[in-house]
Amino acid sequence: MLITLLNLLAASLFIFGLKKLSAVKTARFGNQLAAAGMALAIVVTMVHVTELSWVYAILGILIGSAVGAYAAQKVQMTQMPQMVALFNGLGGLASAFVGIAELLPKAQIYLSMGHFSHHQATAIWFVAVVLSVLVGGLTFTGSLVAFAKLQELISGKPMALPQQQLINAGLGIACVVLTILGLAIFSSAGWVITCVMFLLVISLVLGVSLTMPIGGADMPVVISLLNSYSGIAGAAAGFAVGEPILVIAGAMVGASGIILTQIMCKAMNRSLANVIFGGFGAEDSSGGGGEYKNTRSTTAEEAAMLFDSAQLAIIVPGYGLAVAQAQHAVREFANLLEKKGCKVLYAIHPVAGRMPGHMNVLLAEANIPYEQLIEMDQINSEFKNADIALVLGANDVVNPAAKTDPKSPIYGMPVLNVEQARTVIMVKRSMNPGFAGIKNELFELENTLMLFGDAKKVVSDLNEQLKQL
Amino acid sequence: MEMLLALFVLSIFLGFELINKVPPTLHTPLMSGANAISGITVVGALAALAVATKGAPFSKFLAFLAVIAAMINVVGGFVVTDRMLKMFVKKK
Repeated sequence: MLITLLNLLAASLFIFGLKKLSAVKTARFGNQLAAAGMALAIVVTMVHVTELSWVYAILGILIGSAVGAYAAQKVQMTQMPQMVALFNGLGGLASAFVGIAELLPKAQIYLSMGHFSHHQATAIWFVAVVLSVLVGGLTFTGSLVAFAKLQELISGKPMALPQQQLINAGLGIACVVLTILGLAIFSSAGWVITCVMFLLVISLVLGVSLTMPIGGADMPVVISLLNSYSGIAGAAAGFAVGEPILVIAGAMVGASGIILTQIMCKAMNRSLANVIFGGFGAEDSSGGGGEYKNTRSTTAEEAAMLFDSAQLAIIVPGYGLAVAQAQHAVREFANLLEKKGCKVLYAIHPVAGRMPGHMNVLLAEANIPYEQLIEMDQINSEFKNADIALVLGANDVVNPAAKTDPKSPIYGMPVLNVEQARTVIMVKRSMNPGFAGIKNELFELENTLMLFGDAKKVVSDLNEQLKQL
Repeated sequence: MEMLLALFVLSIFLGFELINKVPPTLHTPLMSGANAISGITVVGALAALAVATKGAPFSKFLAFLAVIAAMINVVGGFVVTDRMLKMFVKKK
């Protein structure tokens, strides 16, 4: 009874924690609440399970905590997506191992009562074991691939075998067949365990083959989806070991991952199926990279003079800004403008980083107040009042073709209305089309000035020029 | 078992309700915080470790690895979330 109540308290701490995480002012407290809930759940479990091998339990906890804390302290904010992917993958791996460790000692005992399918309880138990192995294994290798793509250990380009979807479908069918074999056909523990081991191998392969064909630009969706999977794997493990707290926490994480996945898909105007099976960017330049005509370029000196007389400047940061580590220079730039009486806002597109909300974290790191970071829906009506829109390392999210050209591959994707600003200054390394290889009509507009160079270098130059004015 | 299923379904709805109103600014910390919570599977790993001590040494080994992996997920996730949220709250 006491154990149940304490576990209920831990679950409540998760719920309150997640709730507090939804407002900036209380978010840190919310995270601490959730961490307290986790600590409570762990202690309660260690005390109430009988015959716990304390040495292994404590040793495992110490090793895991040390590695986790070290990695979390060391990681840079730009690398946050791959860190989250890696943690996520380990959670999935743990769930898969829990499933197998649960199966091995119990399979023989349960089989003495007949096939798993003979009794409702053993049937559900076996399916839960299978699901925790399958989803956990898939989450593990899928996250590793996402990590490798984000860390640029492998190319971010979509990579697919010929007949990839056929192969995946075949693997999926194999999973179903193996599950049925284990559930209703095999009656020896050895065969059932072999079945589950095959399922583990298939799930590891599936994780790779489902993630490899997804392009680097779609990583925000993949990370969100894998986050959801790790929750579902945890819930499945909860069914397998009969621990309600795993089911509750796993289901909530699963739901949150699904919501973020939906938000990311909407921000790119793509369906989830399209992201997973589409291989976006595999068939490049369907919109025609094309030549640019009549573009105007400018210099830092000229641009600084424009900024000097501006009342409202909107900065549009993209991932290019983070790559160039230009956040701190941007912060200084905004300070200089504000001293001259110019209001500065930041327009944040939902997919501006490599994971949902990534850009906000990167700018927060440079001490940019979050009140100045305005989401797309709110900022879009502001652009017409802006004297200057400064686009730093963003491309597709400011392409007006998404609104006007039904033939464009990104047509229908919500974009920032930068072209409505009196002047648009587009900072770019070169004239190359963006990640997706789509021509950006913005470059050819009359009010657009191109400012070529590395984002950090350009902003530093602007700062120098502004100081002299 | 039915009770677990009911809990599962209700918790999914609860998750939807809780997360739906989160502002985009907090999406990354939310995700890494939720990610840490998914490390709850450590509880399952500890339970499996207890079961496994009765028998198969391989089972015990897997459960031990699961405890390590899940704890990396838990501690890493919470610490990194705290690091991010500290940046949001600090005064300019």
